[in-house]
Amino acid sequence: MVNTEYTIVEPPDGYSAPGFFATSIDKVVGLARQNSIWPLPFATSCCGVEFMALMGATYDLARFGAERLSFSPRQADLLMVMGTIAKKMATIVLQVYIQMAEPRWVLAMGACASSGGIFDTYSVLQGIDRIVPVDVYVPGCPPRPEQVIQGFMKIQELVGNESIRRRYSPEYKKLLAQYGIV
Amino acid sequence: MENSLIIGKLTKRFRNDILFVDDSSDMLTVTVSHEVIHEVIRFLMDDETLNFNFLTTLCGIHYPENPLPLGVVYHMHNFFQNRRIRIKTFLPLENPSVKSITDLFQTANWMEREAYDFYGILFEGHPNLKRILNMENMDYFPMRKEYPLEDATRKDKDDRFFGR
Amino acid sequence: MTGFLGDKMAENQNITIQPVDFDKRYTTLNLGPTHPATHGIFQNVLTLDGEKVIEAEQTIGYIHRAFEKIAERRPYYQITPLTDRMNYCSSPINNIGWQMTVEKLLEVKTTKRIDYMRIIIMELARITDHLVCTSVIGVDSGAFTPFLWVMQEREKVYEIYEEICGARLTTNLGRIGGFERDFNSSVFKKIRDFLDRMPKLMKEFEKLFLRNRIFLDRTVNVGAISAERSLNYGFTGPNLRATGVDYDVRVASPYSSYDDFNFLVPVGTHGDTYDRFSVRIEEIHQSLNLIRNALDNLPAGKYHLDIPEFYLPPKEDVYSKMEALIWHFKIVMGEIEVPAGEVYHSVEGGNGELGFYLVSDGGRSPYRLHFRRPCFIYYQAYPELIKGGVLSDAILTLSSLNVIAGELDA
Repeated sequence: MVNTEYTIVEPPDGYSAPGFFATSIDKVVGLARQNSIWPLPFATSCCGVEFMALMGATYDLARFGAERLSFSPRQADLLMVMGTIAKKMATIVLQVYIQMAEPRWVLAMGACASSGGIFDTYSVLQGIDRIVPVDVYVPGCPPRPEQVIQGFMKIQELVGNESIRRRYSPEYKKLLAQYGIV
Repeated sequence: MENSLIIGKLTKRFRNDILFVDDSSDMLTVTVSHEVIHEVIRFLMDDETLNFNFLTTLCGIHYPENPLPLGVVYHMHNFFQNRRIRIKTFLPLENPSVKSITDLFQTANWMEREAYDFYGILFEGHPNLKRILNMENMDYFPMRKEYPLEDATRKDKDDRFFGR
Repeated sequence: MTGFLGDKMAENQNITIQPVDFDKRYTTLNLGPTHPATHGIFQNVLTLDGEKVIEAEQTIGYIHRAFEKIAERRPYYQITPLTDRMNYCSSPINNIGWQMTVEKLLEVKTTKRIDYMRIIIMELARITDHLVCTSVIGVDSGAFTPFLWVMQEREKVYEIYEEICGARLTTNLGRIGGFERDFNSSVFKKIRDFLDRMPKLMKEFEKLFLRNRIFLDRTVNVGAISAERSLNYGFTGPNLRATGVDYDVRVASPYSSYDDFNFLVPVGTHGDTYDRFSVRIEEIHQSLNLIRNALDNLPAGKYHLDIPEFYLPPKEDVYSKMEALIWHFKIVMGEIEVPAGEVYHSVEGGNGELGFYLVSDGGRSPYRLHFRRPCFIYYQAYPELIKGGVLSDAILTLSSLNVIAGELDA
C-alpha cells in the first residue's frame, strides 16, 4: 500500500504563471539544504544520551530530514557538539570542524558545550565557541529533546535563508580567521 | 573474623611499622610506614586467614600542614568473609615515592596512574607511570590543595560578585 | 588562541602517522576518540595483523571534568548534581549512593518508607542502564530495531523520573535524609503500567537475541575473561557476575533495606559477551520483581528524616517560621556543622560497585571525596579481552562492558 499522507514543504517566494515558476537559485538551494541536513553527532557525555532519545522513536529527528547521521566529517553539514569538551578533546573538535566541507554549521547542545556549564574547572574548555564558530546554542543540562528540536529548526532557518555564496563573503572569512581556521 | 585478629596479626608481623590503628570509624583503618606498604598489602592478600583478595580502590590525599603531607589510601576487601580494611600511608613532599602494587593487583595500574596524575605520587616499579586523565603537557598536580579549581582563562567572572 | 591549538594538535593526540610500508606485518589503527562504533569517547590504538588484534593501547581522559576537585569546593547538598553526571545512564543510583554516604557520616538511619522508595527508583535506574547496554550490543551486532523498541520504554521511565523530581536524565533526585517530595498517585500509576508492559517487551526482546544464530556466533566465547583475572582487574557488577562470581553489593553489604527482599543474583559461566548480555537481561527481570515487591509492601510514614541541618525545610515554613528560615539560610550558604571523620560507602551501580570515600574535616565541603568508579577500574582490562580476537568483536566487547565515558573519566 502506498502511503499518501506525506507532507511536502512550501515552495519559496517566486513568480509563477501557467507553465513556469521562477525564483532565485539561493532559495531553491536553501530549501533543498534545509530539509536534508546530515548531522555529525559529536556526542561526548550526558547530552549524548539525550541525543539517543532524540534519534529514538519517540522524538524522531528523522522527521526533519536528518535521518542520515554522517559519522564522517567529510559528508556532514551540521556539527552537533553534545556534552562536555575537555581541553584534551578541544583539538579534536577543531580538527573535525576543519575536515567538514563547506557549507557547515555548528550546534552546541547543552550548557557544557555552550559555556562550560557547571564545570568551571582546570580541565574543561569553557565553551566550544573558543575554538570553532557556533551558530545555535541550546541551553540546558541536558536540554530536553524538544529544545534540541527547536535548536535544529533554528539551524534549518539559517540554512534556508543563507546565501549560497556565504563562504566567499569577507565577513565569513574574517570570522574563520579569528579562529585561526584558513 | 574480628578486627582484633587482624590487628594482632599485623602488629606481630610488622611491629613498629604499624604507626596507628583506628577501629572507631566504619572500617578498620591502619596507618603504616611507606617503606613496608608493599609487604603489608602482600601479607593481607596472601595470609590464609586474612585473605583480602580484592583491591577496592586506591586514592591519594593531601594534608598540606602535616610533616608527611601526601598520602595514599588503599581499600581492601575480603570477599569470603565480607570484611573490609583501609590501609593508609604517608609520604614526604620531596620525592614522594612508594612501591607500586601492580605486581599484586592488575587493577592498581590505572589507580596508581590516577594518583600520580592528581597528586604527583611516584610509584616505584609501575610499568607505565604517566598522566592518565589530564593532558600530558600539564606541569602541576591539580588535586593538591594549593592549586585552584577554576579555569584560569575565564574573564567574565568578577570576583566582587562572588564574595572572593 | 591559535598557538594553543595549531602547533600542538598532533602532539596532543599522541598519534604519529607512519609511512606506508608494504613489507610490514602489522598495521596500526587509531580507533577513536570520535568513532561511530565506540559509544563514547574512547581512544584505542590497535595493532592489527589483518583483522586480528595483536595489541591495544588505551588513552582516556577526553572528558575529564575534575569531579573530585569540584567536590572539595562545594557544600554537601551541591554534590548530588555532580554525581548525576558520572554514570548518566543510571543517575538516581549515583544520587542516592552519595546521599547514603553522607547519612552514614552523620550516623542517621532512614525509615523503611524512604528505603523502599529508594529501592524502587534505584531498580528503575538499573533497568534503564541495562536496557541501554543490551540494546547497544544489539546495534553493534547489526540489530537496530530492538534499540528503537526499548528506547520507547526508557522514555516511560524518564516520565516517572519527571513525575518524581522534574528532570529526565540528570535527575538530582532525593535529598540528604530522604526525598524532596512524596510519590504522587500518578507516579504509582506510571510505575504499575511500566511493570505491566515491561515483561512482554522483554520477552520479545529476548526472543530476538538469546537463541539467534547470528547473535550466538558473534558473542559466545568472544571477549571472555576468567574469574581470577577479572577479580585481579577489579571487576564488579554484571561483568564480574558473568564470569561466575556471585558478588553483589546489594547482598554482600545490604544498604537501604535490600535484605528485606528476596531476589536472585544471576551469574554466568564463561565471562564472555553473551554471558554479560544474559546476566543483564536476567537482572532486569529481578529488578522488576524487586520494584513490584517494594511497591506492594511500601510502608506508610514520612518520606524524609527530620535532620534540619541537612534537609531543606518546606517553602511555606521558610516564609512563616523563624527557625525554618534560619536553617534554610544555613543550608544554602553552606554553614553547617558536619562531624569530622571518614566513611566509605558503596552501592551496586549499573556497572558495579560504586563507592564513595568521603573524608570530612568538619568544614562546609568534604576534605576529600574519592569516587570508586567501576568503569574506570574494569576498562583497563579491555586490551586483554580483545587480544587475539578480530576487530569487529572488539567493538562488540566494548559495548558489552558498558563503559560510560562520564564515569570513566570523572
